[in-house]
Amino acid sequence: MATFGNLTDRLADTFKNLRGKGKLTPADIDGTVREIRRALLDADVSLDVVKAFTATVRDRALGGEVSQALNPAQQVVQIVNEELIQILGGEARRIQFAKTAPTVIMLAGLQGAGKTTLAGKLAKWLAKDNHTPLLVAADLQRPNAVTQLQVVGQQAGVQVFAPEPGNGVGDPVRVARDAVKFARDKQYDVVIVDTAGRLGVDAELMKQASNIRKAIDPDEVLFVIDAMIGQDAVATAKAFQAGVDFTGVVLSKLDGDARGGAALSVASVTGRPILFASTGESLDAFEPFYPDRMASRILDLGDILTLIEQAQQHFDEEETRKVAEKLATSTFTLEDFLSQMQQLKNMGSIKNMLGMLPGAKGMREQLENFDESEITRTEAIIQSMTLQERRQPKVLNGSRRVRIARGSGTTVTEVNALVNRFDQAAKMMKTVAKGGVPQVPGMGPIPGAGFSGGRGKVQQKKKGSKSGNPAKRATENAALAAGASANPTGAGFGLGGRTGTDAPSEEELASLQKFLGR
Amino acid sequence: MADRSSPWSLGGALRGMFAKPTIDETTWDDLEDAMITADFGPAVTEEVLEHLHAQVRRYNTTDPVDLKRMLRETLEERLARLNPTLTLSARPAVVLVVGVNGVGKTTTIGKFSRFLVGHGRTVIVGAADTFRAAAVDQLATWAERGGAAIQRPQQEGQDPASVAYQTIERAQREGIDIVLIDTAGRLQTKSGLMDELAKVRRVIEKQTEIAEVLLVLDATTGQNGLAQAEAFIQHAGVTGLVITKLDGSAKGGFVIAVQEKTGIPIKLIGQGERIGDLTGFTPHVFVSQLIG
Repeated sequence: MATFGNLTDRLADTFKNLRGKGKLTPADIDGTVREIRRALLDADVSLDVVKAFTATVRDRALGGEVSQALNPAQQVVQIVNEELIQILGGEARRIQFAKTAPTVIMLAGLQGAGKTTLAGKLAKWLAKDNHTPLLVAADLQRPNAVTQLQVVGQQAGVQVFAPEPGNGVGDPVRVARDAVKFARDKQYDVVIVDTAGRLGVDAELMKQASNIRKAIDPDEVLFVIDAMIGQDAVATAKAFQAGVDFTGVVLSKLDGDARGGAALSVASVTGRPILFASTGESLDAFEPFYPDRMASRILDLGDILTLIEQAQQHFDEEETRKVAEKLATSTFTLEDFLSQMQQLKNMGSIKNMLGMLPGAKGMREQLENFDESEITRTEAIIQSMTLQERRQPKVLNGSRRVRIARGSGTTVTEVNALVNRFDQAAKMMKTVAKGGVPQVPGMGPIPGAGFSGGRGKVQQKKKGSKSGNPAKRATENAALAAGASANPTGAGFGLGGRTGTDAPSEEELASLQKFLGR
Repeated sequence: MADRSSPWSLGGALRGMFAKPTIDETTWDDLEDAMITADFGPAVTEEVLEHLHAQVRRYNTTDPVDLKRMLRETLEERLARLNPTLTLSARPAVVLVVGVNGVGKTTTIGKFSRFLVGHGRTVIVGAADTFRAAAVDQLATWAERGGAAIQRPQQEGQDPASVAYQTIERAQREGIDIVLIDTAGRLQTKSGLMDELAKVRRVIEKQTEIAEVLLVLDATTGQNGLAQAEAFIQHAGVTGLVITKLDGSAKGGFVIAVQEKTGIPIKLIGQGERIGDLTGFTPHVFVSQLIG
């Protein structure tokens, strides 16, 4: 998706001509709606859904909500975001278990949607919740689907019911029926039936699926759909709804870079909630679905919330608070910096984290060039310093630097670079902690960047005290994007400070995204 | 959505608009809708519509039948710019098959080997998908149906590059004409896995020239198809595209954008689960089926 700018960027362009205008005319809004339409189509949202959706957004925008706003582009994005979340199902629903065991779950979907893998993930997830799932190999069509399910079951540590060898041999309806009976006898409390992939237009196979459904009367029928699917999502979803009347949707392959507009289409057209998202090849890459996060993804706002959650899990709140204090009182030292960086490393791969940031998809190349060992090197440099040096970097004279370089296996230039970066960053962070907006070389003035000048600025000032966090993260990325040496300094600081405040508001997300898109 | 009776066709959506006596605003709107619904994507749709607008003005026509012909010609011309012929003249001719998960790589290999065996070539398939559970068995079943030999990995989780190496070595030793290498599905965003693919390529290149690298794309894919193609071209040096699952209701309009943006031709299309359901790509036939 790197080829397309994100929605806020496009809206910003649309609004550029409006500088100085006090109010938006219907014509302006039409232009905006056109951009939204295009963005949604690029994200593979189905055309019918896009049409209905843009009509609603247009009405709301015309309803005066936008003309009152400080920054119209962001306001429009917010309206769009709210509407998206509403269609995607507001609250996430969970699996409904049967009153009397076993709970029967049937999986259905196109070929290659990821049903068999998902069966394993679901089973493992349920097993972790103290359920005793039974996997049923009712895909007797695809060569060796049965074997695959057996392997997956073994990996998940779950029993597999596979009386038929598959490869076109056996009756899936009977297998499914027998499986439920088997589960009842052997006291498995959840039965997961993996069925063959089928096309929505294949009447015969749809009939078979519907027969399986009739035979086992499942409590949940989950429709597994590939997040990369295009406009065909609607036709397929309708066909499956008519055929097997699924009760919920699972979105697979969300770890790719598809924006997943299909989710929106399917939820909107069928009215069925999305229960889970599958996000990787390992059996643990499986999570409940969050409508708000999906909405951000469709708009290319990035998965900030997941990122923040991860950060909160891994960051020591107390530690972070202390650091924030030190920043404000300018007693932040290389020692603190080191501990920050170690915390950062605990969070896992930095590349992965950066990938979650909005607009980061456009920076794939920079991400690739980001060298994680840089952090290790920085760590080594700081660890080669004496306590005094860490606390008062001022004492670092030439001979000390030579010693440090030798001790850490780096060069004096690298040591110098680190010290300089630390100085700069400490200065910047101090400004931010005090509520100012830092000037970052090569980035230009931050406030209102790209948006119609005056308005943006006013807003930026108003929320200046809060804006520290996103700005910090923005800084780091800007530095990365500008090709500055991959700079763990910013990362350490940026992430360190963030947990101090609440999750950024919608507006902040939008403006943050703006920086990152540069 | 488009016609139910002949699923892979814009025909249904277009029939109404071409049955009208004159071209008017709704004709254009309907055409745009139909193209977007077929996954052409907003950019290509806009270009094609602009081109058609200009043509209609130039020839001063108001007859929708002319418009339909122009649409067909435009799409055909755009699809026919590249040469869809497979080059398999080297011996052994090595074909590497790549793609994201679940697009039908293994199935395509099965069909392709049948096609080649049917033309009197000897074929060996290399099971370099050592990652997915039971992928090797799936390939073995297809190879058997297609009448091809198979080189299995010697141990669980063997390096795919080494399986590829052994396959080619065996082909050279036994004088087999064509080598098809199946690789594990990988999302284009997983840079580690993409690097693995680059390694497979490098290892093969040390032995012999690679005749074709085929990227398999699922027709149901939306605009993400372009991102997939770009990443695979970068890492695997794709030389041709295979479009699968065209027997469903998806129209695969994104292939025009992919073919144009990347300059890689479509070479094969898959239209069903049976072993004979793979054909070469002919722009004329493709467009006729698309437009009806």
